Amino acid sequence: MKFNVNNEEVFASTGGRPFDKNKPLIIFIHGSGLTHMCWVLQTRYFAFHGYSVLALDLPGHGLSGGKSLTSVEEMADWINDVIDAVGFNQTSLVGHSQGCLVALECASRYPNKIKTLSLMGGAGAIPMNPELLALAENSDPKAVDLMMDFAHGPSGHFGGHPVPGLYHLNTGSMLVQSKEIKDTLGVDFRACENYTNGFEAAKKLDLPTLSILADKDRMCRLKDGKKLADHIKGSDVHVIKNCGHMMLLEEADQTLAILKRFILDKYPIT
Amino acid sequence: MDPKTYKFDTLSLHAGYQPDKNGGSRQVPIYQTTSYLFDDVDHAAALFNLERGGHIYSRISNPTVGVLEERVAALEGGTAAIATSSGMAAIFLAIMTLCESGDHIVASSQVYGGTANLLRLTLPKFGINTTFVKPRDTEGFKKAIQKNTKCIFGELLGNPGNELMNMPEVADIAHNAGLPLMIDSTYQTPYLCKPFDFGADIVVHSLTKWMAGHGSSMAGIIVEGGKFNWMQNDKFPSLTKEYEGYHGLSFAEEFGPVAFTMKARAEGMRDFGPCLSPQNAWNVMQGIETLSVRMEKHCSNAEKMVEYLLAHESVAWVSHPSAPDHPDYELAKKILPKGRGSMIAFGIKGGKEAGTAFINNVKLASHLANVGDTRTLVIHPASATHSQMDEATLKFAGLSQDMIRLSVGIEDIDDIKNDFEDGFRAAKKPMLVANK
Ligand SMILES: Cc1ncc(COP(=O)(O)O)c(C=O)c1O
Repeated sequence: MKFNVNNEEVFASTGGRPFDKNKPLIIFIHGSGLTHMCWVLQTRYFAFHGYSVLALDLPGHGLSGGKSLTSVEEMADWINDVIDAVGFNQTSLVGHSQGCLVALECASRYPNKIKTLSLMGGAGAIPMNPELLALAENSDPKAVDLMMDFAHGPSGHFGGHPVPGLYHLNTGSMLVQSKEIKDTLGVDFRACENYTNGFEAAKKLDLPTLSILADKDRMCRLKDGKKLADHIKGSDVHVIKNCGHMMLLEEADQTLAILKRFILDKYPIT
Repeated sequence: MDPKTYKFDTLSLHAGYQPDKNGGSRQVPIYQTTSYLFDDVDHAAALFNLERGGHIYSRISNPTVGVLEERVAALEGGTAAIATSSGMAAIFLAIMTLCESGDHIVASSQVYGGTANLLRLTLPKFGINTTFVKPRDTEGFKKAIQKNTKCIFGELLGNPGNELMNMPEVADIAHNAGLPLMIDSTYQTPYLCKPFDFGADIVVHSLTKWMAGHGSSMAGIIVEGGKFNWMQNDKFPSLTKEYEGYHGLSFAEEFGPVAFTMKARAEGMRDFGPCLSPQNAWNVMQGIETLSVRMEKHCSNAEKMVEYLLAHESVAWVSHPSAPDHPDYELAKKILPKGRGSMIAFGIKGGKEAGTAFINNVKLASHLANVGDTRTLVIHPASATHSQMDEATLKFAGLSQDMIRLSVGIEDIDDIKNDFEDGFRAAKKPMLVANK
């Protein structure tokens, strides 16, 4: 679905069902350099089971227009603008990686609008390896190769995509390279590097929060994910075994099952 | 800092397979089954709606076949792949996923005989027509593009004349016209060339050939590059617009870099049913495990045979891109740096008659209609694979009456040469008789 936010065209996948203003809204926020497509094995389920789904392409990413936003704070405000633009006054947020920082910041800024928060492969801060950051800011494709390496667990490196015939590493790599690397991945990595408010934002939260972490995550390590969860009141933490940072694809079924249980319980269809 | 993702030789043994999810079985299990249990009604619906990944019915997908698909995608540098019952099934499925009745294809004139037949005679029955262009006529590809053209199709090393298509330039022509480039890379395998690195968008293979190597099993595959933007124009509505067969799904919007594969599976596999059997998928994987070592030997044997044939008094001409006088020698070095493949075409002095005598008198080399076996194979195209063609069409396809097509195997090179000596000796005899 395409719609306008701040006079820029925005694309969001609605999970294969028409967008319906009368169903509870769930917004999915992708990680650095990625697009709505990483969410395909979560969004379609909710869309077919009574929710309205928006898996966004952040500005400058995927099929959305405009330029990439340069800070997590701006992205958080932009999510609020999206909620207004589609005519809702509340939503659930689901974020992955950088999307967790955005969701966290957004929930702390707009507590009345955000009803539940689901964080996957998150951390309170995502400082970047300086070499990786420099490569991404120079549009060097090696940045993407390194990212694919770090983002997948030992099993994911062999493949084993839940959708028959798809190969993780190359699919991820093509997603990131669908736009100029420095304009998406480079800007996003810099925004992660600069964001320091994570733990402060976390302390302010008072809403049902889920953390899905993976024991073989090399982008946001398990201990960092747990540290963030420790700063959030009553946070529900699940650890997926033998899985890397891309749990939403590497272990899509497990991720969906955990998310489903949480959302159906804390954000039921009324 | 360098990425520690697995490299080619490792991928050919391991890609696509996780032993821990298969009871620790080191070898890929053969899932000899037609169908798969659903956990509950919700799971069944989720699989049919593409909400979750998984298997429903082996016409659509199968776990053993799935490993092969991922493995070849990994080796080619593609995002996804879909395996089929044969190479021809892959070509047909790929074209039918792209084209509708009324559409048009620009194709290289030097393609495998079955493909030529499909494009020239069979697809017009479905309203899909093809303009053929000689593989070296790069500008010709541009001129042949029409408003309703949906892709450019070619083999890199044209069969059987060994004319090399200038893939990077033809890719630019295709992309400037908003079209994908589809390459049949059967003769190269990803060991010799990864067409995606040179601008191809879709790669098809007959896995029956070098990829499997053993000549035991029929199989084909389509691999998607993931770079082509289907939404850049309105030429591919079945990929970009709402698809009636799947709750109004837009494949390009929902699946981006794997849209083509998702559509080929959801539509083509479901409706045409050219599925690969798990046993054959497994057989092909046994071959792929040794792809690198076999291809190295294929290529080194081929180069030795080229030298031998060039020096032979009974040989009129030799065509192989490793021969310095081959018109595509330089281009081949760039596109096929690791080796120029193991297909050699040569002309035998004494024309058709000598050719027949040669074929009838070699004993180690097998006379049959296949290529890319580990064993050395020979055939005389004018009387076999391309026998339906008249003289003019034969010439346009780059063939001649004296041409022998040789697929060099990995036997001991001296044994192959000795066998050829017998063939050449026999071929001389009718010439001596004729000269009297
Ligand atoms: C280049 C090429 N493409 C496609 C095919 C067709 O493949 P298959 O025989 O597996 O259907 C062949 C051989 O038969 C071939 O040589």
